Amino acid sequence: MHHHLILRVVTKMLVGAIILFAFYVQFHGDFSPGGGFQAGVIMAVAFILYGIVFGLNKVKQVFPPWLVHKMIALGVLLYAGTGVASLFLGYSFLDYDAFNPHHPSHGQHWGILAVELGVGITVTGVMVAIYYAFANRPPPMKDEDW
Amino acid sequence: MIETLINIILFAMLVLTALAVVRINHLFAVVMLSGVFSLLSALLFVTLDAVDVAFTEAAVGAGISTVLMLGTIALTARTQKKSTRSGMVPFIVVVVTGAALVYGTLDMPDFGDPNAPASLHVAPEYMIGSIKDIDVPNVVTSILASYRGYDTLGETAVVFTAGIGVLALLSGLSRRRREDEEEDV
Amino acid sequence: MIDLDFIIGHLNYWLFIVLMMTGLYIVVARGNLVKKIVGLNIFQTAVFMLYISIGKVTGGTAPIYPVDSQGHMQVDPSIIYSNPLPHVLILTAIVVGIATTSLALALTIRIREVYDTIEEEDILEIERKLSAEDNKIHGPAMGGRA
Repeated sequence: MHHHLILRVVTKMLVGAIILFAFYVQFHGDFSPGGGFQAGVIMAVAFILYGIVFGLNKVKQVFPPWLVHKMIALGVLLYAGTGVASLFLGYSFLDYDAFNPHHPSHGQHWGILAVELGVGITVTGVMVAIYYAFANRPPPMKDEDW
Repeated sequence: MIETLINIILFAMLVLTALAVVRINHLFAVVMLSGVFSLLSALLFVTLDAVDVAFTEAAVGAGISTVLMLGTIALTARTQKKSTRSGMVPFIVVVVTGAALVYGTLDMPDFGDPNAPASLHVAPEYMIGSIKDIDVPNVVTSILASYRGYDTLGETAVVFTAGIGVLALLSGLSRRRREDEEEDV
Repeated sequence: MIDLDFIIGHLNYWLFIVLMMTGLYIVVARGNLVKKIVGLNIFQTAVFMLYISIGKVTGGTAPIYPVDSQGHMQVDPSIIYSNPLPHVLILTAIVVGIATTSLALALTIRIREVYDTIEEEDILEIERKLSAEDNKIHGPAMGGRA
């Protein structure tokens, strides 16, 4: 890919904007279309784009595989942990009123924020892990032999 | 009037794309057409007022799915072998299934009916509760994360399982690499 | 019973059934594994469209309440909103669909590495030859001809 100058320059400019947009979609899921899934996919796309244009080794330096594997589990843990936390506070499983008994709607806000964050982290980790797994396989024959 | 026209045009393009996927043998074109199909269906979702679903379908279908399929055809094959069997029996099966489904839709409510059973029982409670109890303007997010939060936990677990499944399938050494190592020894 | 209003009211269901059957035809009639997966995706997306069209209300808009400059929600009783419940179910279904697609693609890569082909007829040929050889060595104790 070293001879695609336009692709390299445009990717360098776009990757930051894509990650910022992923954060925007994640945290504005309450007010506009968005939420955890879409944000996770967009964040993964930023890293996949970088990996396609600059090579798998470079993106693995930025986002190492051990971090990806930890993120896959961390999101589910965060989601289930929110549910168990409300259990420990005396309410039902995944009842967000537990987080602020005086103002239940504030508790709901905190609960939805934590839960969507968990979903976003897991989806990012899974999409990047699948891309790493696909890109690591050696190709069956060289491009010229097809 | 203009909305009906948009719907008809989108639907015609969707059918043309699906028919092209049936006929084309070059797998790269097939994968690109599947990305086009996802994008057109995202537009159709917007005309059906499902903006969250359109966002997800565009990101997932036209984004991630196309990338993964391109990675697959880079590792497997570039063209499809020409089929030698006739397509008559599958065609008859498909027509019979379609006729059965059409017979099933004869009882369904009209398109856009505000008194359809789907819109009458639980949905108005959620719309009101999203203002009073949860205070979140996006009703889809409040249903997804709060009222039906348990289902979303299961969905996150499904994504987790898919990631682990792909890692289990594709993390080992491939056959070719093992053969190379045996030759070196 | 069969009048114009009935046909116009149900036409969208029938059109989406046509799309579904195209996807099903690709899965059943084509032998290439990657094409089968694409056909399955077309089938899934057509099912989603059918489901979402059940939730559409004529004259409605997207189910998001507008927020004014102070951050308070404006609740106008005269605005009709489309039903948000099918949207939530289909969001889950889309994510589950991408999970199964990625697993199917990973399986296809492994099949290609073992059998050297991804055409269904060739794979069945190779399997038949292998089991015929096994039957010759081990005899009818294996259950006879496969």
